Amino acid sequence: MEYHLNTPLKEKDVRKLRIGDIVYLSGLMITARDAAHNRVLKLLASGEKLPLDLNGLAVYHCGPVVRKLNGEWEIVAAGPTTSARMESYEAEFMEKTGVRMIIGKGGMGSRTAEACKRLGAVYTIFTGGAAVLAARGMKRVVDVKWLDLGVPEAMWIIEAENFGPLMVAIDSTGANFYADLKRRVDKNLMEKVYPKIGFK
Amino acid sequence: MSENLESVIEKASILLLKGATTIIPPDVKEALIKARDGETNPLAIAQLNAILENCKLAERESKPICQDTGLIIFYVSLGENFPVKGRLKDILRRATVKATSEIPLRPNAVDVMMHKNSGDNTGRYIPWIEWELVPGSDELTVTAFPKGGGSEAPCIAKVLSPSQGLKYAKKLVVDTVAEAGAKPCPPVSIGVGLGGTIDVAMKIAKKALLRPVGVRSNIEVLANLELELLDLVNSLGIGPHGVGGKTTALTVNVDYAHRHPASYAVAVAFNCWAARRSKMKIYPDGSVEFVTHKILNEWWR
Ligand code: SF4
Repeated sequence: MEYHLNTPLKEKDVRKLRIGDIVYLSGLMITARDAAHNRVLKLLASGEKLPLDLNGLAVYHCGPVVRKLNGEWEIVAAGPTTSARMESYEAEFMEKTGVRMIIGKGGMGSRTAEACKRLGAVYTIFTGGAAVLAARGMKRVVDVKWLDLGVPEAMWIIEAENFGPLMVAIDSTGANFYADLKRRVDKNLMEKVYPKIGFK
Repeated sequence: MSENLESVIEKASILLLKGATTIIPPDVKEALIKARDGETNPLAIAQLNAILENCKLAERESKPICQDTGLIIFYVSLGENFPVKGRLKDILRRATVKATSEIPLRPNAVDVMMHKNSGDNTGRYIPWIEWELVPGSDELTVTAFPKGGGSEAPCIAKVLSPSQGLKYAKKLVVDTVAEAGAKPCPPVSIGVGLGGTIDVAMKIAKKALLRPVGVRSNIEVLANLELELLDLVNSLGIGPHGVGGKTTALTVNVDYAHRHPASYAVAVAFNCWAARRSKMKIYPDGSVEFVTHKILNEWWR
């Protein structure tokens, strides 16, 4: 199935999505890598407010290439980064901020899958490295926070327009496309590959 | 004259980096098209089409193929009679700084101790330069090899015992690819280095990644090993970006060094589908020839 959704996302819309579905996203989203995840959690833990209410928004694992033209930021290239690095933060991040969609590449683990199920959220993937294609769907830089972390690690606030195709890789039933893949790959390793090189 | 030549090297290096980061090498593009045409899994075809569409847009708009424009690595083969030598390191460093703001590239050089991004892709030992001195030559060959982070994470080097040997080396390759899964942005290129000390094994594994896709080793046993390993990793079923399918790797390139009698070093290096590399030659008279990205010769004139 193919869906066109707007942020802030509603729980009932997100709960309809299933692994393998394609989504095109419009509205506000933020970029956040390790350092920005860390800062969000630290700020919230010390009782401070975030620069933006993230409830229902999407968080994109991405460190963009940007340039400033006539005082305005332009996104040049902005494909996803490896999501696994955010696994240790994500469940708590989702719980504390209320984001309903994580966008990245390469898959995420069981803690994120459990949080998606409990909170009504999804993890989707964008084709890794397809940075110019991604930039096309990122219409405007609304703001940027925390540039002290460096350009890739800063929190970019983006207005998306038909950003995608995003493939749902963890849905709100907890189904995990990449966990299934891992099982398949391990099976192939044991049954097809090892015997050919003399291992049982 | 020499000052003039220095400025030629600097300008050409900026263009070299631009070519490397915005135009996929022709051999890689061809391999990606071939992979797409050979896939039957619709999810795999969709991923490969997105990759190819992205490469087309990047080239047309002169934008980086991938936002991770890598940590900048140069392979330099310096002819012993080439007039510029000692200043080359500074020239390549300056070119990196300028390329970062002009192309633009993402600033990717982070101070390990201070956690601070230098902002211009240079820093301690970075850009890293692999030097080779070429006896009797008066040419300079530079390959720009911007190395993305995602496909660096699964790289591994290990020293096996000689009794484990090639059998366990093969196992290390397939286990590492299986474990990496979708993380290094498959379809990947894989470099394998055997023998030497552990650092030598990794160096030759990395260097093997400079060889174009589709060119097999000129040593027959290695060429056969490359084909065997390619077949093995592609039967894992990871596929483009882990959605399944036949194409987990575009190529496996193997090289070896003589080993110590007591050790059998193995290194496995990855490059992502965005296998960026670009090579040029500079002659003492200041003429420049872009070898892998011919289009750059037109831009240079
Ligand atoms: S692994 Fe390669 S293609 Fe993927 S995001 Fe990193 S640099 Fe880009």
